[in-house]
Amino acid sequence: MNGFLITHAPALLIMVPLIGAFVAPFVGRVSPKVRSAWIILIMTLTTLVALMLASDVFLHGTRIYVFGATSPGLTVPLDSGGIPIRIIFTIDAMSALMQVIAAVCGFAVLLYSISADRIHSGLESYYTLFLLMITGIMGMVSTGDFFNFFVFLEILSIASAGLIAYRIDGGLAVEAAIKYFVLSTIGAMAVLIAIGIYYGEYNALNIAMIASRMQFTLLDQVALVLIIAALAMKCGAVPLHFWTPDAYSMAPSSVTAMLVVASQASLYGLFRVVFTIYNLTLNAMTVGWIIIILGILSMVVGVTMAIPQKNVKRLMAYHAISQTGYMLLGVGVGLAVLGNQPLMESFGYIAMEGGIFHIINHAMYKGLLFLTAGAIFFRIGTYNLNRMGGLGHSMKYTMVFFIIGALAIAGIPPFNGYASKLMIYESVFAFNPVLAVIAMVVSILTLASFVKVFHSIFMGPRLPEFDTVQEAPMPMLVGMGILAAIVILFGLFPQAVVDTLIAPAAHALADQSGYIASVLGGA
Amino acid sequence: MRMSKLVRTGADLLYPFALIFGLYIVLHGHLTPGGGFQGGAVVATGAAIVIVAWAYEDIAEMIRKVTMMAQESAGLLLFIGAAILALGFGYAFFYNVLANSGGLFGLPVAFGPNPGELDTAGVIPIMNIAVGIEVWGGLTIILLYLLSGLKKEEGT
Repeated sequence: MNGFLITHAPALLIMVPLIGAFVAPFVGRVSPKVRSAWIILIMTLTTLVALMLASDVFLHGTRIYVFGATSPGLTVPLDSGGIPIRIIFTIDAMSALMQVIAAVCGFAVLLYSISADRIHSGLESYYTLFLLMITGIMGMVSTGDFFNFFVFLEILSIASAGLIAYRIDGGLAVEAAIKYFVLSTIGAMAVLIAIGIYYGEYNALNIAMIASRMQFTLLDQVALVLIIAALAMKCGAVPLHFWTPDAYSMAPSSVTAMLVVASQASLYGLFRVVFTIYNLTLNAMTVGWIIIILGILSMVVGVTMAIPQKNVKRLMAYHAISQTGYMLLGVGVGLAVLGNQPLMESFGYIAMEGGIFHIINHAMYKGLLFLTAGAIFFRIGTYNLNRMGGLGHSMKYTMVFFIIGALAIAGIPPFNGYASKLMIYESVFAFNPVLAVIAMVVSILTLASFVKVFHSIFMGPRLPEFDTVQEAPMPMLVGMGILAAIVILFGLFPQAVVDTLIAPAAHALADQSGYIASVLGGA
Repeated sequence: MRMSKLVRTGADLLYPFALIFGLYIVLHGHLTPGGGFQGGAVVATGAAIVIVAWAYEDIAEMIRKVTMMAQESAGLLLFIGAAILALGFGYAFFYNVLANSGGLFGLPVAFGPNPGELDTAGVIPIMNIAVGIEVWGGLTIILLYLLSGLKKEEGT
């Protein structure tokens, strides 16, 4: 039984949330309680499968799953002419890490959402879309087939657009959703054209196959530009960030926390294309600098736009853009020195590890911050910072969680943001000191901004209009507590996390030949 | 708003034919052009004809949102169920276990030009039927939601 589960874990990762999503409307007709129990059961199973698969990958190396074959390991059928024709899931350490992020965040957010969204109508579609979103993220980070990546990207975009529009809010949320949907569709079309280019050139859709045949012709450069533009837009990097503040602030908070994870799945796609499909064929220095500049722009523009915001979720959305910049910066530096082994050993890998560590840290503390904002909205019904105040008297636990998230995002020890930011500062300083200085200044501005937010939400005397405000309900606190515990644990034992999770992921990402060999069998 | 009696009768007459033609495309998906999505869309156009010809209130009883939603989810469950079937036989997810097995849809395909045997292709026709059910439900729901927002004209 255990062997069966391990063998089919990559398929189960997609199968379980899909079944859960489509059964949810039926069980929802019995009673809302049964539906909540069903959704929690499905999400627990998904999380367990993801954790089991990830531990297997970290212990025994890359896992392959071939859909529709007689055996899951049969990548290249005898009569296919040496091309992996079927859809293949290729789960290396980097994919496994992203799965763990998606599963843990999804689980915490779902617990929170069960309680926070209970009062709303239309829940039967809400949880179906929520589980489809999980499916889309899991598929994007697991797939080894580039067309399949596009399919999951679309599943994710459509489910997200539906969820952003969920709380209609006088049409504002619908407007944000349409903006997101139109931009996502344009991005997805760009990705599709790039896939068409690869297919025309190399007769293959499998990422490993394309990578092994990569020539870096003019057409491949066009495809690279299309993919970087589309996925940089999906992960909200400046100058393609304009949908993020609207979408993040108008979606329900639980959805916003998942949108953060979704944007990081796009970031994963960007890194996968650059490192696995192109790797050394492209001019690593040039493309590396392009990604670094995208990162620097995101960091600076994000944080400066965040400071004047009055809406707490818009403010956090701009901070999310700014933090995405750190990931782009770290991994961009790793890409810029790719192929130069001494530099790679001295700071390239650390920069990549810092960027990847920041992905997981960001998902945890930013998810936590959005959930606290949602808990405050749940109790007082406004996101406007000017109308809040004195909530520290009545919402003590929420305040503690907010402090943990705010200190983590500002990079204060002993929280996880400090650990990954320190890795980025040190390695980027060795590459180019100016970049490290900019990164530190952005961190200070982040801290300043969150001190202001903390002050205006929680400090001051108890306001008369919030006299009856109570602490957020228990399930919401549990959801936030899971994320807060991870933030603290990762901050206290960063070295253990880096050694067991992050370093294998960074090395797997940089190791193109290993990825190709795992699919094509050493070819 | 109802259309004239001529249009309404015409729509009533066309509805079963649209239904049958759509189901034909779904069922022959593995032999002829088209398949689950195309056939399901044709069936949904049948629903569109009657919705346009009659008023929304008239057909709300006949084409119900609840049924269509159930159909949407049931179709998708059938699809994924057909894919899971392979796991029970020890193959990978989505493996076509029924093809050439001699059972349901299990006849081997004749070599060379042939008139097309319906009883072939294993789980592919099952998946076509599943997608057909799903698209039928999904597109009809979209039409119902779009048209339920129409304002009634004064004096009709």
